[in-house]
Amino acid sequence: MNPMNYVYLSALLFSIGASGVLLRRNAIVVFMCIELMLNATNLAFVTFARMQGNLDGQVIAFFVMVVAAAEVVVGLAIIVTIFRTRRSASVDGANLLKY
Amino acid sequence: MTTSGQLLAAATDTGTGEAVTFWLLGPIAVLAALGVLFSKKAVHSALLLAATMLCLAVLYLAQDAPFLGVVQVVVYTGAVMMLFLFVLMLVGVDSADSLVETLRGQRIAALVAAVGFGGLLVSGLGDAVVTNKGLKQANADGNVVGLADLIFSRYVFAFEVTSALLITAAMGAMVLAHRERHEEKVTQRDLSIQRFRGGQHPAPLPGPGVYARHNAVDTPALLPDGSPAEVSLSRVLIALRVPGAITPPTGEVVRTEDDGA
Repeated sequence: MNPMNYVYLSALLFSIGASGVLLRRNAIVVFMCIELMLNATNLAFVTFARMQGNLDGQVIAFFVMVVAAAEVVVGLAIIVTIFRTRRSASVDGANLLKY
Repeated sequence: MTTSGQLLAAATDTGTGEAVTFWLLGPIAVLAALGVLFSKKAVHSALLLAATMLCLAVLYLAQDAPFLGVVQVVVYTGAVMMLFLFVLMLVGVDSADSLVETLRGQRIAALVAAVGFGGLLVSGLGDAVVTNKGLKQANADGNVVGLADLIFSRYVFAFEVTSALLITAAMGAMVLAHRERHEEKVTQRDLSIQRFRGGQHPAPLPGPGVYARHNAVDTPALLPDGSPAEVSLSRVLIALRVPGAITPPTGEVVRTEDDGA
């Protein structure tokens, strides 16, 4: 099997995540699709590391994971705050930054 | 031509075991990702996303990245997805996605854009030069040692910046989740006055029914005239459309059972 198959799988998962961000309106599901895209890029990085024979790709995937964890914490806190004021987690509702 | 093709195939071959793993887990990951996209309930999306992440963790393990595979399970499926589930429970599992299109044609446009993007990505990949050097040499002292060598030498600045990022994220979450109290604290006395002024149920709501046939929380209690008491059911169960909660047992059935006994 050609290792490029992993990269094709990663591209497929990334496209699915991107279409989820465009299609879904529940903020939490949109956020999950962003996580899916990050995971897809991680798979590509790990595959490139293996194809190039050095560990730099794996280090970058590791940093992506750390940044994703920080992003999830802040993003979910924002969603909870929006839900508290608007009683809804729909991305259509929050079209003004302040209220 | 055939010899160069064979040489290329030999250089990039990954072995049968890995191919089996890939062709088993790849489709599962894609199907679960499609499930995230199309399932109506957010909880199902979260669980299917966890399935995708577990598949990816196994694929990392198959590609000589044991550290990342374990971190993927611990951090992503362990911490991040559970955080998602906590927030889902906080926001309410009955919060449904509205299916009304606010922008006309947005769904079609989004699908076209996604398919086009995927097509461009894949067609670009077709031209890539493929090598498969493998990680035997880089992982000679073990994967974790190799990664630590890189993180604490070449990438040490990024690593330090990451720690600042994590502290900032924790502070940000605390600031966002903190709620300022604008009005007086409601005391127990105020609450009880409010309850009796309101004119609805001053006493606790009735519990769900317990019968010889149904001993379940999704079975409504029966009023003296035999009709089911809607208030005895949990709001969440009605929202989840538990079968018993939709079709409560009629009073007549219970009465005949009582006669028989």
